[in-house]
Amino acid sequence: MANSKRLLAALTGVIAATVGLPARADWSLVNMPVGVTELSQDIHGLHMLILWVCVAIAVFTFGAMIYALVKFRKSKGAIADTSLLHSTKLEIAWTIVPVFILIGMAIPSVETLIKIEDTTGSEMTIKATGYQWFWQYDYLDSGVSFYSRLAESSNETRQLGSGKDPRSVEHYLLDVDHPLVIPTGTKVRLLLTANDVIHSWWVPDFGMKRDAIPGFVNEMWIKVDEDKPGTYRGQCAELCGRDHGFMPIVVIAKPKAEFEAWLAEQQAAAQAAPTEAPTEAAAATAATNTGAAEAVTLAKAE
Amino acid sequence: MAHHEHTADAAHHDEKPHGITRWLTTTNHKDIGTMYLLFSLAMFLIGGLFAMVIRAELFQPGLQFVDPGFFNQMTTMHALLMVFGAVMPATVGLANWMIPMQIGAPDMALPRMNLFSFWLLFFAFMLLLSTLFLPGGAPASGWTLYPPLVLQTGNAFPVAVFAIHLMGASSIMGAINVIVTIMNMRAPGMTLLKMPLFSWSWLITAYLLILVMPVLAGGVTMLLTDHFFATSFFNPAGGGDPVLFQHVFWFFGHPEVYIMILPAFGIVSEILQTFSRKPIFGYEAMVYAIASIAFLSFIVWAHHMFTVGMPLAGQMFFTLSTMLIAIPTGVKVFNWTATMWRGSLTFEPPMLFAIAFLFLFTIGGFSGLMLAIAPADFQYQDTYFVVAHFHYVLVPGAVFAIMAAVYYWLPKWTGHMYDMKLAKFHFWMSTIFVNVLFFPQHFLGLAGMPRRIPDYATQFADWNMVSSIGGFGFGLSQLLFVYIIFKTVHSGEKATAAVWDQPTGLEWTVPSPAPYHTFDTAPEVK
Repeated sequence: MANSKRLLAALTGVIAATVGLPARADWSLVNMPVGVTELSQDIHGLHMLILWVCVAIAVFTFGAMIYALVKFRKSKGAIADTSLLHSTKLEIAWTIVPVFILIGMAIPSVETLIKIEDTTGSEMTIKATGYQWFWQYDYLDSGVSFYSRLAESSNETRQLGSGKDPRSVEHYLLDVDHPLVIPTGTKVRLLLTANDVIHSWWVPDFGMKRDAIPGFVNEMWIKVDEDKPGTYRGQCAELCGRDHGFMPIVVIAKPKAEFEAWLAEQQAAAQAAPTEAPTEAAAATAATNTGAAEAVTLAKAE
Repeated sequence: MAHHEHTADAAHHDEKPHGITRWLTTTNHKDIGTMYLLFSLAMFLIGGLFAMVIRAELFQPGLQFVDPGFFNQMTTMHALLMVFGAVMPATVGLANWMIPMQIGAPDMALPRMNLFSFWLLFFAFMLLLSTLFLPGGAPASGWTLYPPLVLQTGNAFPVAVFAIHLMGASSIMGAINVIVTIMNMRAPGMTLLKMPLFSWSWLITAYLLILVMPVLAGGVTMLLTDHFFATSFFNPAGGGDPVLFQHVFWFFGHPEVYIMILPAFGIVSEILQTFSRKPIFGYEAMVYAIASIAFLSFIVWAHHMFTVGMPLAGQMFFTLSTMLIAIPTGVKVFNWTATMWRGSLTFEPPMLFAIAFLFLFTIGGFSGLMLAIAPADFQYQDTYFVVAHFHYVLVPGAVFAIMAAVYYWLPKWTGHMYDMKLAKFHFWMSTIFVNVLFFPQHFLGLAGMPRRIPDYATQFADWNMVSSIGGFGFGLSQLLFVYIIFKTVHSGEKATAAVWDQPTGLEWTVPSPAPYHTFDTAPEVK
């Protein structure tokens, strides 16, 4: 592992040096994050397994090719052996061996897949609805509901010709006004749907993305490790129109007690000012997008 | 033998109208092939220009040049132009030129339909390009045209659908022509299993085209009726399902990627044997491998849509069936390596491109295998990792093979040798820059950058800049390619009939440039 990391780091360094950019030591810039859930760690493990299998096969095949390119040059006096036309043994070997390698990869893949698709035993359910171009979160068990949009600092900077430097904005394009808050150590079931076009909900640190499709409800689950509270960021991953690049997802994972306190606070606030009507905003969005109005009613009826 | 007779009455047979009428009315497979190739080159340059707009905007974080809506039009049009306008017509052009010559036929079997299919394609693209100037702009939903998003397209929508219908009709006609030609017009003694691999790969490609182009046509027609005639195929409010379109699209779309790559397999096989001075290793296995890849391409489509929320059994099936493709693909890569093994290699430009194909296409194959694994795909899906994967398969894969084919057969087409030094320079520039362009995109995708976005979080800035520099370098290098081709048409050392050192194949038995009608009497194949 350490060796392989060094190899990749060296490769990175070489490429960066070639184009005159500073070599970066930050691993998160070139590889999949390990993430903070059991699923994301399984998926990362699977990714590294396939990656190294591919690297091993590449060393073998590219090695053979390079050997042939060096050794069998006409300029070095190589004479073609035109009798080498086929070899049944060899051909059977290179058909069968890959079968076993593939089986070796398929077994852990299927195991992980079964785990991912098992949403039973969840302790709370949150519905995420994609709109052009923001998200709505409904805590189905407690009635808390809010919208989550690109933070104003990013939004000002990202306008064409804003003259503002994205590097001066903290978490540029990955920051929202109202982040989703979830408890750690809790199996949270996420229901996904959309109100206009297809969106996709993705936080790399949770290992998963799943499409939010109008008229349908998809599900996935997240269980952030007890010892890894924090803020995790992602983006919509399915092209959803003009501002597809500007509807980030921010999730704050809090320890259970803190989460309960936050939830109570939200409930109290909602009772104090109950007029943030979801239907109003939904209707406004629908009006700007012809053809989506019917979809709204259906998603509501769901 | 055969070619002595040609030279005797070549003057009579080469009669053709001059100037523009020749090109408008020709039914000659070589002229039509040339038109297809030039059309493809033009689309490659325009599609490339769109890619330059994309890479310029992505050079730095923040929006510098274009509006996000226009950016989406660029990604959509870039893909449509490269897939349907550059790669497919290039392989059709090569098929037109080379299949009759390789199988010993005087022309394509259906010459008028051949011309018709070219002009259909031409007008399809004039229509598609015109959408850039319509109110609402060009389609901006990605080349995958997913509803409901695609239904938000402006006036361009029906125009684009009509253009896709025309392209489909054109491809189907081209495919029928290839099948009829190969089935009926092979020279005596040219049994199917003696046929050169390029012709073989095209025969199988033609069947794929006939099977899937109508599916795409059906899909876009349903979009059209959803939009204008109040049907609800894909509209959930009327009981439809947006994901149904994705199934229909990818049932076309996955075979489509093999439609682009199988002819490339054929080209690379021909070139590797010529410059290894050794017949292809495992000829029959190569044919069967192409056929099995073609078959498998019909049962893997939903691996493009693992995140739509399929049933567990569906995800397992599509993961496993997709992994199976690695086996025949592996057979091909191993056989190509074995073809070079104990050969006598020289490194002319076509061989250089074929070798680069071998390495870089294989890298695309590895990332393809990674993407096949559904749980890992939940991370990779819709990120730059996917962009890197399919560009590795299509650019140093399909496009390099097409360039290899041009450098391989250009002397046969024009009768002139091209500037070898310049062509090698073009090769090195292309190969270096294509890697600078696409390799860092693997990193971007894994680190979490979604595809199809005009602006990105600042941690992605460095690799995007590297990628853009590669993009500009690769784009500029292709101007060399254009220069080399046009220079060779007009001037250059005279090419011999064989052109290369004892290549095999009937096309090398006729003079260079190949006579207007290649074989008046069918050559005997032993």
